[in-house]
Amino acid sequence: MSTPLVEVAGLSIGFRRPSGTTVPAVHDVSLQLMPGERLGIVGESGCGKSTLTLALLGYIRGNGIRMQGTVRRQGVDLFTLNESELQQVRGAEIALVPQNAGQALAPHLTVGAQIADVLARHRDITGQHAQHQIVQLLRDMRFGDPDQIAVCYPHQLSGGQQQRIALAMALAGAPNVLVLDEPTTGLDVTTQAHLLLLLDEITRNTQMTTVVVSHDLGVIARTASRVIVMYAGEIVEDGLVSQVFANPRHPYTRGLIAALPRIDRPELPTAMAGQLGHDYTYQRCTFAPRCAFAQQICDTVPQLLVTEAMHRVRCHRWHEISNEVRPADVGTGIGRDEGSITMPVVLDIKNVAATYQRRRWQSWWRDDGVDVVRDVQIQLMAGQTCALVGESGSGKSTLARMITGLHPPRRGEIRLFDAPLHADVSRRSVAERRHVQLVFQNPDSSLNPRHTIAEILHRPQFVFFGRSRAESLAYSRDMLQNVRMDEAYLTRYPSQLSGGEKQRIAIARAFLAEPAVVVCDEVVSALDVSVQAAVLRLLVDMQQKSQTAYLFISHDLAVVRAVAQYVVVLYAGQVCEYGPAETVFSAPFHPYTALLLAAVLSIDTTPSADTLPQRIDVVDGAVHGCPFVARCPVAIAGVCETTPPPWQPAATGHALRCHHPRDVLGANQHPQV
Amino acid sequence: MKQLSFVSWLGIGLLVVHVVMALAAPWIAPYSPTAIDATQAMRPPSLLHWGGTDRYGRDIFSRVIYGGQIALVISLTSAAIAVVCGGLIGVYVAYIGGFIDNVIMRLIDALISIPSVLLLLVIVTAFGSGNGVIIAAMVVSYLPGVVRVVRATALEYVSRDFIQAARIRGEKTIHIVRDELWPNILDVVFVEFAMNASWIVLAVSGLSFLGFGVNPPTPDWGLMVNENRAMLLLAPWGILYPMGAVATLVIALNLVSDAIAKALGLDRSRGVPV
Repeated sequence: MSTPLVEVAGLSIGFRRPSGTTVPAVHDVSLQLMPGERLGIVGESGCGKSTLTLALLGYIRGNGIRMQGTVRRQGVDLFTLNESELQQVRGAEIALVPQNAGQALAPHLTVGAQIADVLARHRDITGQHAQHQIVQLLRDMRFGDPDQIAVCYPHQLSGGQQQRIALAMALAGAPNVLVLDEPTTGLDVTTQAHLLLLLDEITRNTQMTTVVVSHDLGVIARTASRVIVMYAGEIVEDGLVSQVFANPRHPYTRGLIAALPRIDRPELPTAMAGQLGHDYTYQRCTFAPRCAFAQQICDTVPQLLVTEAMHRVRCHRWHEISNEVRPADVGTGIGRDEGSITMPVVLDIKNVAATYQRRRWQSWWRDDGVDVVRDVQIQLMAGQTCALVGESGSGKSTLARMITGLHPPRRGEIRLFDAPLHADVSRRSVAERRHVQLVFQNPDSSLNPRHTIAEILHRPQFVFFGRSRAESLAYSRDMLQNVRMDEAYLTRYPSQLSGGEKQRIAIARAFLAEPAVVVCDEVVSALDVSVQAAVLRLLVDMQQKSQTAYLFISHDLAVVRAVAQYVVVLYAGQVCEYGPAETVFSAPFHPYTALLLAAVLSIDTTPSADTLPQRIDVVDGAVHGCPFVARCPVAIAGVCETTPPPWQPAATGHALRCHHPRDVLGANQHPQV
Repeated sequence: MKQLSFVSWLGIGLLVVHVVMALAAPWIAPYSPTAIDATQAMRPPSLLHWGGTDRYGRDIFSRVIYGGQIALVISLTSAAIAVVCGGLIGVYVAYIGGFIDNVIMRLIDALISIPSVLLLLVIVTAFGSGNGVIIAAMVVSYLPGVVRVVRATALEYVSRDFIQAARIRGEKTIHIVRDELWPNILDVVFVEFAMNASWIVLAVSGLSFLGFGVNPPTPDWGLMVNENRAMLLLAPWGILYPMGAVATLVIALNLVSDAIAKALGLDRSRGVPV
């Protein structure tokens, strides 16, 4: 067997607190990275995966300290090297593509100059030769016009383009090992799919060793051949992707996989109990407090045990439990109540259009401004979930703002209980405001950091029902129980809560208004998989109790599949397909829906490259015909650019908008995802 | 809360000494600040007169102690008014935005563009030099800076979702400004208060020195420096003591403002109110 490129032995890293104590982030991790290996590291946020990754480059953030262990490359411990020796290793031997490339690129340099810097530093390539190399690298990154891109500043590029620049920079040093930290987090599904395809292509061609860190099991399944599952700073499972995902041994891995919503299953994923803590002492199994299988023996420290070839797991009971069905922690993954389509309509969105106009003095002479939402019609029914699907910039959030009265529609109207809803929230009645609630994407920003939870939950009760602080307390306690939180939280501040807990409080706040409609704007996209499942479960439970209508805005089709009865697909502000969930998720699809579905990552199927069109850089201009024409793989030249496509309804309530007849579309597509 | 550094404690200590001396002036001061004793004129510091005497034989030490009362009352009062009014204006315009924001901020810019000494002199010349006028003049001069700083801080919070949530709830502007935004910028307000207080101490002494502040024979540090300026070589203690008092109070207020910034800054990052 060849020698490992990087060898981590017994590595422990901790972070010093101002109080002097040290919080462990990585505990006793040993791993070998073989040449040509494609390693994935997966775990919840806070599990130490980023710290471990940076340690592969001999780097520890801020107030972190190496407590034990070594990171060796060719027998030399990286932590014994000085800064200039490390510079030789970083970039040239091991290169990092940092999380959030947009922030990692220097804003005052063109991207070409930043790549040139890497070339000059690590490969002594300068001048004309460097220019040539930069163009070649950018072409490899599938930029259509590399010369143009090279002179752009980072802020002129989109998130996906920035990520590709970061990748080009990492590759410019011709490293042996490429480390990618959350390479696709924050990108649209289709952009993510393209980036992963690109990565696949590059690394497969060059046999490059890669380490991909992600919280997303789908990304790992797509990019890695071997996976390490981390929990509380420890490796809890290590094996080939095919083995681990098909046959997970550790209860934590099993929980993670069960918590993953599946595009092919219209059911709620199973949530995991508890949450990742901190300050572990490693005197017992770290996962035991959350483990459904925990027994007496779990009070002792488990070792990484070999279960089969290339598969190790840190669990005392892995063998005994391997045939046991995991007991439900919060609820089983039962199928949803599909409900009947004949529920009363609560909110009726009629042909609305919206635009962000320039200031009046700039455009008073013309009525311009591109509509970001055009002719959207949606009906929300009591007790039903309607999902609104689309990429960023498709007008999803604008629609949410219109419903909540923060942005006036340019045309059309929104009716609540068959009475027109005023466009401006300040002119809506108390009842109207009460009935339309919004849960935000980012729970960090939606709760006032200086208010206690009690205050946050009291305020809507005061505004909508005139309850005093004392009166509201009983309701707040009840509601906390409904969202499965302890009443001790009432005196806490949002910063003392985890992301999932904050989102529960945000949901509790919305439901304290006893609304008829709740707009959920990407409510789970900022949450870890295990927390996401619990929040989805909670939303469905709350809906069943109160018969609230949901408008569930999401870019994640797998999540949509789990909760929605009805789906509306939005592209560039226009609806291109709608219908009951089962009809939208089965052929025939609108070409855009097909693209979105092809981009969904799954841990058990490998998506083929040919389902995604190769065109990456597409700028949407104002079009007279179909807005999707520039990206459509089946666009009809001369027709789609000029003529708006017709609606093609079907008896099932499903409709799509395309020039291709339904049966033609269906014939070329997989019947069921 | 983070451990305060030695320097922070020094600042707090100095400020406490100043406040206690001003409050307990009648009991601490060995002489009346205005008592004239021609037989003791221009005496150097001694056991009898700790700070020496001026040309009228008034006890410098007693005058410095009583002078603190005026300095503290004027500076703290006007700083408090400037910071609360300026803070509320800053938060309000940050939230409301648009036309009103533009108009108010341009007015603020106009005020800032006038040198503060000139502005103070104009106001005092026009309206006289009573304590009320001086406080008003200080508020007008120092409020614009507060508005700017607070507005910039509040802008960061205005775009947060909890403000959107409040708007969707149909909250009135006054609730959003007072209950949602104000608690979040409170730490900035405290820091601004201490800093402005120190600037105002300097400005008040400066005004008195120029003869536009409080009237003689009221003991005032700036006035004392002006009165004893002529005897700089013969009786330097006449100006050293009031100058030392101004310097220590300004330093104390600055150190306290740093301490507040540090203490609250830490909690700002954690987001937990103190």
